[in-house]
Amino acid sequence: MAQIKLSNLRHSYMPSPQGPQDYALKEIDVTWRDGGAYALLGPSGCGKSTLLNIISGLLTPSEGQILFDDRDVTALPPDQRNIAQVFQFPVIYDTMTVGENLAFPLKNRGVDPATIKRRVDEIAEMLDVTDMLNTRASGLSPDNKQKISMGRGLVRDDVNAVMFDEPLTVIDPHLKWKLRSKLKELHQRVKATMIYVTHDQTEALTFADEVVVMQEGEVVQIGTPVELFERPQHTFVGHFIGSPGMNVLPCEARGDRALFEGHEVALEGPVAGSGGRTDLGIRPEYVGFGPEGIPAHVTKVADIGRHYVVSAMVGASPVKAVTEHAPPEPGSQVFLQFKPEQTRVYRDGWIATEERAR
Amino acid sequence: MRTENQKAWFFVLPVLALVAFNALVPMMTVVNYSVQETFGNNQFFWEGLGWFEQILRSDRFQAALGRQFLFTALILMIEVPLGIIVALSMPRKGFWVPVCLVLMALPMLIPWNVVGSMWNIFTLPKIGLLGYFLNDVLGINYDMTQQPLSAWITIVVMDVWHWTSLVVLLCYAGLVSIPDAYYQAAKIDGASPWSVFRYIQLPKMKTVLTIAVLLRFMDSFNIYTEPFVLTGGGPGNSTTLLSIDLVKIALGQFDLGPAAAMSLIYFAITLLVSWVFYTLMTKDDAQ
Repeated sequence: MAQIKLSNLRHSYMPSPQGPQDYALKEIDVTWRDGGAYALLGPSGCGKSTLLNIISGLLTPSEGQILFDDRDVTALPPDQRNIAQVFQFPVIYDTMTVGENLAFPLKNRGVDPATIKRRVDEIAEMLDVTDMLNTRASGLSPDNKQKISMGRGLVRDDVNAVMFDEPLTVIDPHLKWKLRSKLKELHQRVKATMIYVTHDQTEALTFADEVVVMQEGEVVQIGTPVELFERPQHTFVGHFIGSPGMNVLPCEARGDRALFEGHEVALEGPVAGSGGRTDLGIRPEYVGFGPEGIPAHVTKVADIGRHYVVSAMVGASPVKAVTEHAPPEPGSQVFLQFKPEQTRVYRDGWIATEERAR
Repeated sequence: MRTENQKAWFFVLPVLALVAFNALVPMMTVVNYSVQETFGNNQFFWEGLGWFEQILRSDRFQAALGRQFLFTALILMIEVPLGIIVALSMPRKGFWVPVCLVLMALPMLIPWNVVGSMWNIFTLPKIGLLGYFLNDVLGINYDMTQQPLSAWITIVVMDVWHWTSLVVLLCYAGLVSIPDAYYQAAKIDGASPWSVFRYIQLPKMKTVLTIAVLLRFMDSFNIYTEPFVLTGGGPGNSTTLLSIDLVKIALGQFDLGPAAAMSLIYFAITLLVSWVFYTLMTKDDAQ
């Protein structure tokens, strides 16, 4: 068990990177608390797998340090870092039984047979695979295989952190949910630091206490699922998290108000800074309908079960709204109301409004 | 009520016709010869299983069969491990991959009788580069035209040179299909290089290795051209393998009956051993 600290980490796959564009990871500074459940969330190619491989030791970063409990492990190979990693596609030693698979990491480390047996039985019980211990691992279903590869990480009691690299990719949808709750349960039982890489916001938000959102090799925001939803620090976070994502609308900032398509909109607080490109950010959940407000033309209404997603045009800008009540008809004229405390201005993508003291 | 559609048979017919002409008909001719005796003039006399008995009891056949098994065993014991080692040490990516692959494929592209001639010239004492080097530079008494041991070493080395590439290429194909995650997981699990080979690489190569062993068995068991061109079965009968002996009986002595019986026995042994290999090597998968 350990706290994991990444300090001034940068990585490039090129031998002599010229500028920031050559880096797969740009300047990462994060501290992960011992025993926490974290998710690395971002679209494909944002550098999250690179970051994971750097932590596990499969990659050596171009610059910066990795500290486990203040011990510098940057130069250590994976087997000396005491980490476990679960890969996108289940890795199983085909010729071994389930039990032998689970025992493999302990055997390689010269643990005595009695301890191996005790640990394997313990982990098998945790994973509900006790009845499969003596079957050949090659014939298992993908979800069981993934459980076994997870078990190989958990079987070592000295493990500092368990890392998951999109572990549910090959699992059937109806089993994904089951395996996810198993993971959550395991985290509570073994209390190891867990880092979960995914591009699926549902997986990230349900698994993690804290989510690290990445884009193009940069950490854009670290926060609890609620923080990410309520107050995205960057338009990317707003857009990437939530379904549908945050409305990002071009606007002009004027003190603590914004001018959007010629309409004045109240904001959560005064806008800081000047220059650059300004956008208005508001989640569809906080766009309401009323007798007055911003006139809009409804183009489409989608019924997605629990609520309706209304698409409307304000001038040339499309705006989405979510409502649980009877939605307006497509083609009708409505008035949109933006909830002021949830309406923000972003300058060049980053949040520019100050949070109003509550 | 059977409502099965029998039309599928029509699609198989062309293949059946082809196989009938290039395999079944010639084979039946051989079966026909194997139970009859002829003295020319297209006159045949019924012989029953007499030829089979004669062949199986003959010292000459048994000796040739023994040599054949020895040759094939040596070939498999050298080429399979060597092929695996070479495949493991080949680069997986980068500039050298195509270079290695082409170099590996080269020996297999050379026609069999050319290989025989090449090695003949190469190893002849006084004339050949290797023959001269061994005898006159190193002072090793080597003459594959006179000494059985030299002849054996030469045909084995020639086959290893010619066909190890096949094992290498098949194993290499199996190796490159292993995802990186397996090696990474093994690293994290603290596996030794031997464990990586034993539990990851070997199991993943198993299918192609089965094919490699079967192909090398059948080819080396039926080998004719190369040793015939190189040693002609000599010195004496020391390198007279089954196929060489068979041709001697069939075309040299024109004993069509015994030759036909021997062909069938030869074929049956090849089939049987292939089946045993296949069953043994795929036994685990059936579980």
